Amino acid sequence: MPATDNNTFGIAATFRTAPDVYHACEKVRDAGYTRWDSYTPFPIHGIHHAMGLKRSKVPIFTFLGGVTGFLTGLSIVAYMNFNYPLIVGGKPYFSPVFPFPIFYELTILLAAFGTLGGMFILNRLPRHHHPLFDYEPFLKTSDDTFMIVIESTDPTFNEDKVRAVLGEAGGEDISIIQAED
Amino acid sequence: MPTLAEASDNTSRPAILDKVKPVDMPRRPLVLNDRSYNWVTEKVCGIVEGKTPTWWWISFAIAGGMASFTLMGLIYLVSAGVGVWGLANPVNWGWAIVNFVFWIGIGHAGTLISAVLCLLKQRWRTSINRTAEAMTIFAVVCAGIFPLFHVGRVWFAWWLFPLPNSNWIWPNFRSPLEWDVFAVSTYGTVSVLFWYMGMIPDLGTLRDRAKSAWRRVFYGTLAMGWRNSSRHWHNYEMAYLLLAGISTPLVLSVHTIVSFDFAASVLPGWHTTIFPPYFVAGAIFSGFGMVLTLILPLRAVYGLHDLVNQYHIDAMCKIVLATGSMVGYAYMMEFFIAWYGANPYEGFAFINRAFGQYAWAYWIMISCNVICPQLFWFKKIRGNIGLVWIISIFVNVGMWFERFVITVSSLANDFLPSSWGYYSPTIVDIFTFFGTFGVFSVLFLLFLRFLPLIAFSEVKALSMPQADPHNHDHPQNRNPKGDH
Repeated sequence: MPATDNNTFGIAATFRTAPDVYHACEKVRDAGYTRWDSYTPFPIHGIHHAMGLKRSKVPIFTFLGGVTGFLTGLSIVAYMNFNYPLIVGGKPYFSPVFPFPIFYELTILLAAFGTLGGMFILNRLPRHHHPLFDYEPFLKTSDDTFMIVIESTDPTFNEDKVRAVLGEAGGEDISIIQAED
Repeated sequence: MPTLAEASDNTSRPAILDKVKPVDMPRRPLVLNDRSYNWVTEKVCGIVEGKTPTWWWISFAIAGGMASFTLMGLIYLVSAGVGVWGLANPVNWGWAIVNFVFWIGIGHAGTLISAVLCLLKQRWRTSINRTAEAMTIFAVVCAGIFPLFHVGRVWFAWWLFPLPNSNWIWPNFRSPLEWDVFAVSTYGTVSVLFWYMGMIPDLGTLRDRAKSAWRRVFYGTLAMGWRNSSRHWHNYEMAYLLLAGISTPLVLSVHTIVSFDFAASVLPGWHTTIFPPYFVAGAIFSGFGMVLTLILPLRAVYGLHDLVNQYHIDAMCKIVLATGSMVGYAYMMEFFIAWYGANPYEGFAFINRAFGQYAWAYWIMISCNVICPQLFWFKKIRGNIGLVWIISIFVNVGMWFERFVITVSSLANDFLPSSWGYYSPTIVDIFTFFGTFGVFSVLFLLFLRFLPLIAFSEVKALSMPQADPHNHDHPQNRNPKGDH
């Protein structure tokens, strides 16, 4: 068996069209791999089903951001109105009604930061160096090429088998990607 | 949802379809001439990667010259005081608030296109959303200038925010003006986040195509190491949807709160409950006017006719028509309620708007906002690009006058005739406002030069039929090996 040394990041296969990579993903999923990914110039509708991905966890971050924003708004208004009471129009020092726009806007503001931050955290970004960037054909995946990479850290990784699965799925230019030194 | 291709395939065709015989109505293509993915990438990236065109330098010089008017106006204002503006009793909210509401309203179309149309699954938005969002951000920048300098001593403007200061007094959270501080700053920030997140994949493409080192560093830094992974796209799409979901109540709240600046007062003509929806409709109306004003020349100059085609222009014209009609309805309803409410001051305020000393402004507003957009009922007019562009300019002019009429006519003639007055702007007002078009254009030209002006990864995903993973019949999806 040709040894895949520790310096292998994974094995890549190229696809030409969206339907091709979609069906190839179904085959790789059914072959039982877990440490793999597909790379597409745009989000392909429904490919997460073909890859067997679970629902994204971004909403948790959005929710936490929103709750934090709401409570921040509530506490700054409450604190500031009692810290230095301003009597305006005979209105109470604190009420949940008059400063509601403040709570509302801060809820939205921090929910938006939570969403963007959550997306980065879940995607482990920013990461400016990645073994894939050294593989020349990979750069075309941001234009019009589709790619599947099965990583060597997958528990069932075996070079011959991976090559066979990717070949059977219709992949072209199947090649080894070196890990970073 | 089965696609057309699947529906025509007899094996997957539900039996009911044979009975009811549905009419086959193909959708109008969103990208003309059956372009490939690569064509779209080349087209949009080529604009950023190519040599700077001469017209760009000329426009940039003109825009810079215009922007200096704002700079000079503000320097003079800060050194002399707000008295150099035409503000005087009884009109102490003049062009500053008019210009603020005008610019912030323009911004609303960008968020509407990127957020509301995303939730409504309007695929045509992908060709114009990037440009419209850029317009939003730059419009908010221009809008922010006016209230900031209207406070008089601009170096104390930070007192608007709840920050500890040596007076140990906090802002008055009961005031709609304070709500505005939160609404507008949140709006600006969230618009930037949304715009930036939408741009990350396209910046990744520019990084991957970069030939020079500085480009690789510049776009690489901004792209955050994006590598088009489907696992990433999965989280990204969820985040995008959520941002669209939270931007929708945001955009509605911003102009609602702007309208509260007026509606929460006791002045006749301002103190009405119709203001929030009426302001939001007007904002979207003016914003789409501005989108058309910007996108039509861009399309001509960069040859984007396949990406922004008649379908997009039709759709935008129809939104202008719909929102313009809503605004017209609101004008009528204000009059009706002023009569029906039987408040003599309210009644006078509206009669005075239409026939008083500012009648000229009122009728400019009516002709530009109510009559002009009605032309978009006609397909021939929507197809005449020159005419569409001219009407879009009228919409911009009309909406500026709407804010002028609301602000100035109510203040100039309120309860006591003894305190009435007539407001005119000074040359400093005019220069400062004129200059903001330069500020806007400078920012917009820089955007065109350095950032991808069309969200091409979204165009590929949503506007191109070959991106459908079940569309095996598309010529560009036919596998040369023939196993599909």
